[in-house]
Amino acid sequence: MRMRTLATALAAALAVTGLAACGGGGGESGSSDNSVYFLNFKPEVATVYAEIAEAYTAETGVKVRVESAASGTYEQQLRSEIAKADAPTIFQVNGPVGYATWKDYTADVKDSQLYQHMVDQSMAIAADGGVYAIPYVVEGYGIIYNDAIMTKYFALPDKKVSIKSAAEITSFDLLKAVVEDMTAHKDDLGIQGAFSATSLKPGEDWRWQTHLADVPFYYEFTDDEIDLSQGTPAEVSFSYNKNYRNLFDLYLDNSTTEKGQLGAKTVDDAMAEFALGQSAMVQNGNWGWGQISDVAGNTVKAEDVHFLPLYTGVSDDKSQGLCIGTENYFAVNSKVSPEKQQASLDFLYWLFSSDTGKKYVTEDLGFITPFDTFAAGEGPSDPLAVEVSNWMAKDVTTVPWVFTVFPSQQFKNDFGGMLLQYAQGKAEWQQVVDSVIENWKAQVAAAG
Amino acid sequence: MRVSKYIKKWFPVFALPTTLAFVLAFVVPFALGLFLSFTKFHTVTDASWVGFDNYVKAFTLNGNFLQALWFTVRFTVVSIVTVNVLAFALAMVLTKAVKGTNVFRAVFFLPNLIGGIVLGYVWQLLINGVLGRLFQQDITYDGAYGFWGLIILYNWQMIGYMMIIYIAGIQNIPGDVVEAAAIDGAGFWARLFKVTVPMLAPSITICAFLTMSNGFKMFDQNLALTNGAPLNQTAGLALDIYKTFYTQMNSEGVGQAKAVVFFVIVAVVAYLQLRFTRSKEVEG
Repeated sequence: MRMRTLATALAAALAVTGLAACGGGGGESGSSDNSVYFLNFKPEVATVYAEIAEAYTAETGVKVRVESAASGTYEQQLRSEIAKADAPTIFQVNGPVGYATWKDYTADVKDSQLYQHMVDQSMAIAADGGVYAIPYVVEGYGIIYNDAIMTKYFALPDKKVSIKSAAEITSFDLLKAVVEDMTAHKDDLGIQGAFSATSLKPGEDWRWQTHLADVPFYYEFTDDEIDLSQGTPAEVSFSYNKNYRNLFDLYLDNSTTEKGQLGAKTVDDAMAEFALGQSAMVQNGNWGWGQISDVAGNTVKAEDVHFLPLYTGVSDDKSQGLCIGTENYFAVNSKVSPEKQQASLDFLYWLFSSDTGKKYVTEDLGFITPFDTFAAGEGPSDPLAVEVSNWMAKDVTTVPWVFTVFPSQQFKNDFGGMLLQYAQGKAEWQQVVDSVIENWKAQVAAAG
Repeated sequence: MRVSKYIKKWFPVFALPTTLAFVLAFVVPFALGLFLSFTKFHTVTDASWVGFDNYVKAFTLNGNFLQALWFTVRFTVVSIVTVNVLAFALAMVLTKAVKGTNVFRAVFFLPNLIGGIVLGYVWQLLINGVLGRLFQQDITYDGAYGFWGLIILYNWQMIGYMMIIYIAGIQNIPGDVVEAAAIDGAGFWARLFKVTVPMLAPSITICAFLTMSNGFKMFDQNLALTNGAPLNQTAGLALDIYKTFYTQMNSEGVGQAKAVVFFVIVAVVAYLQLRFTRSKEVEG
């Protein structure tokens, strides 16, 4: 207790001088004690949230302040903001691991209207009889393909496969046959590679160390009957590593880019190659449509983009769907006054249930939401989001986002680093596997 | 006598603002940091005491800290030598009556005015361009690329600054000393090492200190150029501390402990180095 007093005193001394308030703003003391302060995770929609805040204030008179953290700095921002007197009332956690970090700050929202309106309440983060974080957007990813190029391929007289369209690809073997044949015909098709660059630059490798890794770990956790609501398992065996390698090798071998240069490639590079028609496929999610349509010289038509699941050659590829889940959960700060907590919940409920709020959500934020306040037709209209909804309706098993239990960012970064070494031919596959297993264990131990 | 009385009387008035600023901007954060290194915390107001746990973890959790320490030491040693030799050489050239010396001085000094992050990205583009053209590789391919890339970047950034300090030093060397040596038959090299260098000892002290402490503390260039790739092989101490703090779960305290160790190392090395170079200075 005395330690805390000392820390508080020191921190207070800092705060008094305003030196701690380098995060900006800070000075406005709350005139109304039911004001809302939302620390937004998605900088790309910062301006939309500003409009929403204004609209809400106009409608209800409640002051809403929205600050957005720059890309990749959310945790830093949150750490400094939440220590202030004027702390965020709504913040975001990225799943069970994020909740574990912030559990001293998350209020129980079991009785909130927003939670009551969830289509599937098991998606929320619950612990000890309470509910502490509510997902607000559902996203999906897989292999995005450009049907214009695929159609061109399937029209080739000397193609090696018997299927007639990309929609008929239902397994890894078929995908591999098509992709390798496309590589052989890449000059006929006018592409530089079947797949966009496997971006492995540090910080740009999340499509592999997080997203692709979701598939093998989903099968492993299912086999081992692991209950993920208990948090991160202490150890993994990476038993489906061969399946991971299947698809990863396919990406590397049929790419627009030499393996030695992947360490300089970014996600933007990969999306631009796809947009310019230099590649036929790219692994990414529905959030990527903007990165395709906004590229100058974009040749991809909205009706031509579709998803394929991440087939990795497991026995039951055919019944596998897209990877659909969420990494975005709202949490309400339990350390602000009850009035502020209630105001925050009211604001969130308004955003996802009122006509004004819903319009912002579907049209401007472009979210597919997990709430039943949205009727069937009320979804975003961008082609990839529509595709995700279509895949959800198909008779296949959606792969949930189990990567939210990956032990830490450090684990993912090291995994990405090993994948890069493997791609560059400097590490054997077995070394990648060993490092994943070891780092998992070490990072879980370190967090404990 | 009267002066010292006045000093006594007015000392608090003149010293207070600075003292206050020093306490608030340095002493308090430093004490808070030291305190936090013994705790487990997520935010600075919410810490629980764990004793020396963090210090043990800093060294035993994985080899990253020691690897980063070794990287930083190698980097600093190499860059102290290269930066100072090159800066000194440039200063010698640009204090001769060369046409357009002022333009050259400005040109060499300019890189110092660019921020480290920008420099890092620019050099990353350049280095990746060259490596890609020559070997179909990039800077992440080998730890040595990142190491030498950082050395080049750091030299490019620091040489101009050190050069200015050396130029000022060289211009302060009395001409008659050099002339006397020349008349006595000392050649160029003898004049350089027996007259110029000893007379420049104070400048060397400052330059060596600046390159050393900046090299040890280097962060933004490191972050932007390599971000530690491949596999943390090119992460310096500051970057490693940052990564521990923000990317490892529940390890803010460990990062803080590493930062305290880092401070001690920099302080000790800087002190020893200052003492060493001071002892070489002529006219105490």
